[in-house]
Amino acid sequence: MTRAIAVAQRRPRNALRLTGLLLTASALTLLVAASLAVGSMQIPLPALLSKLLSPDGSVNSLILHTVRLPRALSALLVGASLAVAGGIMQALTRNPLASPGILGVNAGAALAVVVAVLVLGSPPLSTYALFAFAGAGLAGAVVYLLGATGKGNSSPLRLVLAGAVLMSFLTSLTTALLLLDQNTLDQVRFWTAGSLAGRDMELFRLTAPYMLAGLLLSIPLARRLTALSLGDDVARGLGLRSGGVKLLAALVVILLAGGAVALAGPIAFVGLVAPHMARFVIGSDYRWVLPYAALFGAILVTLGDIGARVALRPQEVPVGVVMALVGAPFFIHLARSKVKR
Amino acid sequence: MTRRTATASSTWWFIRLGSLSLRVPRRALPASAVLLLLILLTVIISVGQGEYYIAPLDVVRATLGLETGNPDHPLVVRTFRLPRIVLAALVGAALALSGAVLQGITRNPLADPGVLGINQGAGLAAVTLLTLAPAASGALLPWVALGGGLLAALLIYLLAWNRGASPTRLLLVGIGLGAVATALTTFLIVFGDVREVQRALVWLTGSVYGRTWEHVRVLGLWMLVLVPLVLLGARSLNILSLGDAPAKALGQRVEFARGLLIIVAVALATGAVAVAGTVAFAGLMAPHAARRLVGGAFEALLPVSALFGALLLLVADLAGRTVIAPSQLPVGLVTAVIGAPYLLYLLWRQRSA
Repeated sequence: MTRAIAVAQRRPRNALRLTGLLLTASALTLLVAASLAVGSMQIPLPALLSKLLSPDGSVNSLILHTVRLPRALSALLVGASLAVAGGIMQALTRNPLASPGILGVNAGAALAVVVAVLVLGSPPLSTYALFAFAGAGLAGAVVYLLGATGKGNSSPLRLVLAGAVLMSFLTSLTTALLLLDQNTLDQVRFWTAGSLAGRDMELFRLTAPYMLAGLLLSIPLARRLTALSLGDDVARGLGLRSGGVKLLAALVVILLAGGAVALAGPIAFVGLVAPHMARFVIGSDYRWVLPYAALFGAILVTLGDIGARVALRPQEVPVGVVMALVGAPFFIHLARSKVKR
Repeated sequence: MTRRTATASSTWWFIRLGSLSLRVPRRALPASAVLLLLILLTVIISVGQGEYYIAPLDVVRATLGLETGNPDHPLVVRTFRLPRIVLAALVGAALALSGAVLQGITRNPLADPGVLGINQGAGLAAVTLLTLAPAASGALLPWVALGGGLLAALLIYLLAWNRGASPTRLLLVGIGLGAVATALTTFLIVFGDVREVQRALVWLTGSVYGRTWEHVRVLGLWMLVLVPLVLLGARSLNILSLGDAPAKALGQRVEFARGLLIIVAVALATGAVAVAGTVAFAGLMAPHAARRLVGGAFEALLPVSALFGALLLLVADLAGRTVIAPSQLPVGLVTAVIGAPYLLYLLWRQRSA
């Protein structure tokens, strides 16, 4: 009992939490600046600022506005979206291993986009997003239905296994479709790896509203998620109609994950790692976990993207690969420490 | 997973050879006989099908070396078609056995070499070779894939070890490690030349296209060593599938037996993957079908699973060659398409268990 009180007192107060949030946000700003400056052509920081605010015809300005800026913004939004989607999924399923990558939501979106490219040739960019949403929604619904509903409580293993099996099926279908058509393969193989290279403002403008809507919707959701993460019975006891909340949460996850995949391809493990980082720092109140997770996710993807550009210059490593290499060991660590038997 | 505990002599046949005694469920024999017959029939039909049709009777004659009156028949049957079809059957049997053992060890009906990350390890090794040294890939490929699969399995086992290798941790670590291997494979695919990449993708989907007797010989020898070992492990598997604590109480050296069985199962799966690429879901489906037919006792489950696996791959290969003829679908794609609905059904049933 005394220990519980001590823990409660040690918990940082809201002002402290806000300060932490602001500090994290400023760290992110610095990273974004670095992301804008670094590349095959370095742009000095003072020039960066002036060119950003008043574009002129110079080479630096052109690079900044057509290549670097869309890319940096994409990294920011994709990271935040995947992280919040992962956080919501972890709360909803009460499963520390849940995330859009591991549960096959990303793979579903990826398959849908490949189908779109195969069937429609080179579809207009806006259809990419629609297909991605449909794929993400379907895969998410299937995995949730199979892994987290039904009699008995859903063990982490059951959900993850359902996801893994579904993902291996979706991935083999994607591979098969790519086999049938070399042109499609050449067109989408970089995209299926999860990458931010060559994203122009157009695609960003088309997908950003969905993700922003998802992020906004997650704000009123957060408080209810905290209750839901304590269990269905507790949530009901607190006067929560869990059905409606779950439906809204699912919608938000689809908007966030589908949008992120449409923009950057399937990037795994951001959605897994970022919420854990956030909970480690801030505890289990989702009103704070989600914003922190969003910032951490954005930081992860931005860092990964800078790394992807710098590591093997002039080649580019897809950021999805970087994220998997960083995130999978974390997943294994979680599996080792959370699963006692 | 239903387990048959009745040991009344009516459901079992006992074979005693000195101090060695073997227990065979009666139901296993008719089931095996029917499956063998179906396999034989499928082989004969499958060999006959193709751009150059050969009547079933001529297939049998040409296979046995008898005269068919057409000088092309021996060449087509014995050099072109038979090796790939025999290989498909062997691959199916090996994957099914591996899946049955892994499902027994992990006590989870969804375990198979693909879910556990072993296939992904083999895939990574193979794609590395195919994209970085395409010229050297022909003869080396099986061995490199084998090495990759075994290495992945070793890593999974070591990482899952935390005062004992718990089945749950094995599965989860396998999934995580599989993701790493997939990411690295994707990385290679993104950078490779698009033609080599397509070759690598065919391999990743699993295909027996253009395989020769050489491949059959390699996998056949590999299985000749491993299959008896698996069958000898049947009794340990029965005990292990009860749970760790009961198994220990029954005097089973749990970690030792589990370690050995994992090695054998992985070796079988990687052997199959090495010659045919990563065929999805065969190792998952066949043991389930077998369990429905003969129950959960591994003495019967293992051989019947192997037969089911062989039949499954034969049918998948036949379908892959005929459905969109003259084009061909890789056999792994067909098993994935058949496997998915079955799998979803399994998951659905499991959710109310």
